Amino acid sequence: MNLDFTEEQKMLRTMARDFLSTECPKSLVRQLEESDLGYSPEIWKKMAGLGWQGIMLPEDYGGTGMTFFDLVLVIEEMGHNILPGPFFSTVICAATILEAGTEEQKREFLPKVSAGEMILTLALTEPSASWQPQHISVRAAASGENYVINGTKLFVPDAHVANYLLVVTRTKKSAKPEEGITIFLVDAGSPGIQCEPQLTMGLDNKSEVVFENVAVPRKNILGKLNQGWTIVQSTLMKAAAAKVAEMSGGCQASLEMTADYVKEREAYGHPIGGFQAIQHYLADMWGYTDRTKSIAWEVNWKVSAGMATALDVAIAKAWANEAYKWVTERAVQCHGAIGTTRDHDIGLYYRRAKVAELDYGDTDYQKEIVAGELGF
Amino acid sequence: MDFEPIPGLAEARKKYDDFFREEMKKAPPGWEGGPEDLATHEGHAFQRYVARELGKRGWVCLAWPKKYGGLEKSHFEQLAFNEARAYWKAPGVDQFGAGMIGPTLLAVGSEEQKERFLPPIARGEIWWAQLWSEPNAGSDLAAAQTFAQREGDDYIVNGQKCWTSGAHHADWGFAVVRTSREQTRSRALSYLLIDLRSQGITINPLATMSSHRTQEAYFNEIFLDNVRVPVVNRVGEENDGWRMIRATMNFERSGLSAYGAMRRELLELIEFCRETKWQGEPLLNKPLVRDRLAQLAIDIEAGMASARHVLWGQYKLFLGEESPRDQATRSSSLKYYRSELSQRFAYTGCQIFGLYSQLKRESRWAPLYGKFEKEYQSCLGNNIASGTTEIQKNIIAWEGLGLPRI
Ligand SMILES: Cc1cc2nc3c(=O)[nH]c(=O)nc-3n(C[C@H](O)[C@H](O)[C@H](O)COP(=O)(O)OP(=O)(O)OC[C@H]3O[C@@H](n4cnc5c(N)ncnc54)[C@H](O)[C@@H]3O)c2cc1C
Repeated sequence: MNLDFTEEQKMLRTMARDFLSTECPKSLVRQLEESDLGYSPEIWKKMAGLGWQGIMLPEDYGGTGMTFFDLVLVIEEMGHNILPGPFFSTVICAATILEAGTEEQKREFLPKVSAGEMILTLALTEPSASWQPQHISVRAAASGENYVINGTKLFVPDAHVANYLLVVTRTKKSAKPEEGITIFLVDAGSPGIQCEPQLTMGLDNKSEVVFENVAVPRKNILGKLNQGWTIVQSTLMKAAAAKVAEMSGGCQASLEMTADYVKEREAYGHPIGGFQAIQHYLADMWGYTDRTKSIAWEVNWKVSAGMATALDVAIAKAWANEAYKWVTERAVQCHGAIGTTRDHDIGLYYRRAKVAELDYGDTDYQKEIVAGELGF
Repeated sequence: MDFEPIPGLAEARKKYDDFFREEMKKAPPGWEGGPEDLATHEGHAFQRYVARELGKRGWVCLAWPKKYGGLEKSHFEQLAFNEARAYWKAPGVDQFGAGMIGPTLLAVGSEEQKERFLPPIARGEIWWAQLWSEPNAGSDLAAAQTFAQREGDDYIVNGQKCWTSGAHHADWGFAVVRTSREQTRSRALSYLLIDLRSQGITINPLATMSSHRTQEAYFNEIFLDNVRVPVVNRVGEENDGWRMIRATMNFERSGLSAYGAMRRELLELIEFCRETKWQGEPLLNKPLVRDRLAQLAIDIEAGMASARHVLWGQYKLFLGEESPRDQATRSSSLKYYRSELSQRFAYTGCQIFGLYSQLKRESRWAPLYGKFEKEYQSCLGNNIASGTTEIQKNIIAWEGLGLPRI
């Protein structure tokens, strides 16, 4: 066991923090939230220059050749600083292609991802608002050399800017819901796709994507026909674990910001941080944050090493879901009225904490997994 | 003790219910009656319309003396009205005018002030804002810096106020200002009524957390630059403002009707869960959903039971049989119970709605017009406005329980 970061990892973390705070100040975060695109193509290019989109991809595919764990250290800093945009969606989907794609698919997609020329996203959830296979109803039917997709996906992150969608479809009716599911790599510009971004609490561009007779070549099946669900599960595990790291970065930032504020802000002739009520909140926030960081690093190390179980990930995500919400809620309370405004940074984190809970499984969902895995 | 409803109140309640049932058909779509609804131009226009209708009937200030525009109705009839209005989520009663400055003037205003300011409030014509907080004086109101310099029959007021709810639509404000450089803190404060159309006043709306491109703000910052205010607009004596502030604070909290509103919202949420089948079966069939809704019902009733005692205490206060101090503890306790309950309500709604809870009302997929998306954010303000939760707890510990202050 060794719970220290390597020198390389330490440098990566410092570099990421410096880069993000310089390139993406909160004024830009707000501007991006209100923009149609929702991300900054300039920052996107610069990140590609640093090798971030391809950080865990092998050098053969234009990547940096580091690990999933290293990628997650960057994502943690993105949670700390806040970086609106499709980075998370893209790298998780790239990891899925790396894991499940054919050599031809890897050569087609991954170098473009590494070069910052391709945005990817996972189109999984539907109006049933579920992460479970029995609720996948978007259909794909064979038709000559193609499959034809019909149906509606909802809450698809970054779909409005994605070049390709990893669309999870039902290709066969089966008594077992996890059988008969197939993932397609779908060109977002294909005729018959309509994408409509929805306004959300996170102002993070999740879309309704309607497929109307969308033809996709058979060669764009990711993994095996009718056996896509295990790939979805593996993707969800990576995504949920990486989300925990992003959330842990957000907890840390909220704690730091609040600790600074209560030392400065005065009431009744004292810094409010001198009142024990406030001190106890801060102490609790520290504790929640510390546990979130610990569990985030551990679960992501396990994912990176191929050792994580569904239980590990569900516990980590369920924990982080509640911790991040709680830490940011107390953070606003410690700030008083100014914390409830659009102009103050703490609200950016409070809103994201809720949305991050929903992404890749809220607490109810994760607890069901925990209970199931524990055998009750 | 006797918990039987007071005879005759049911009929009164029905009269108000009938009125609001009709009028609320004219509300803008998705109306919830919260501060953000009231803050939009459309919402405020509706608010003023309902206020005038109420004013015509003398219902804005039912319990006030007739000479100031009231009907001298009992506290209990006032409650029946409040409950009906809350149930229908109806606007039309200015919480700052009818709820705060009106009762303050009734208690401590001069006869001239009562005759001048109370009738327009009772007619629902004039809207008020509370100009107390400043950037460096929130919980610690006695640190207010806005200064009123005496100059003949006027004060010349300079300073900055903030978090002023609804000021962008209001006509008048009641302000806490400093009037002495010799005295410090609360000993130098006075209470002024300021016409918000006066020269030298700039009102800038502040955007709240949930706002984006299209939304409007509901609180404001106000700059006062050499604003001339007649001395006759001072309530109480110079430098004796703190006593007036305490009087207003006593009127700031009541809250029984808020539970009535929550009951209604709970029924609406239950109805939604009965009808909605996102994953094939009604949400209401899920044990987790049932548990959460049942918990809300329990918490609402517990609050309501306690709030009835606040009402009773206020009634006895009115009869002179109880001191304000006895009231303070329960009011403080219920103030933050209520705000935390409304927060739990919003959080529960979001939890039940899952992925859907993040959608803003502009999304055609947003359930209940994005109600919980908005309230997930706006609920935070309730724990801060009108005395933060921490301050309420201090009051309970120090004044209610007599615990030492160290
Ligand atoms: C939605 C909303 C509407 C409002 N509307 C109005 C309005 O119309 N008019 C108006 O004048 N004001 C209004 N306010 C302002 C409100 O009165 C103040 O926000 C409130 O008094 C707290 O002041 P503050 O925001 O400066 O926080 P601060 O006083 O700076 O408090 C920051 C934190 O420190 C804590 N704290 C402070 N002192 C102590 C202590 N002694 N012990 C323990 N903890 C302490 C607080 O509880 C809080 O958590 C509104 C506020 C909100 C949120």
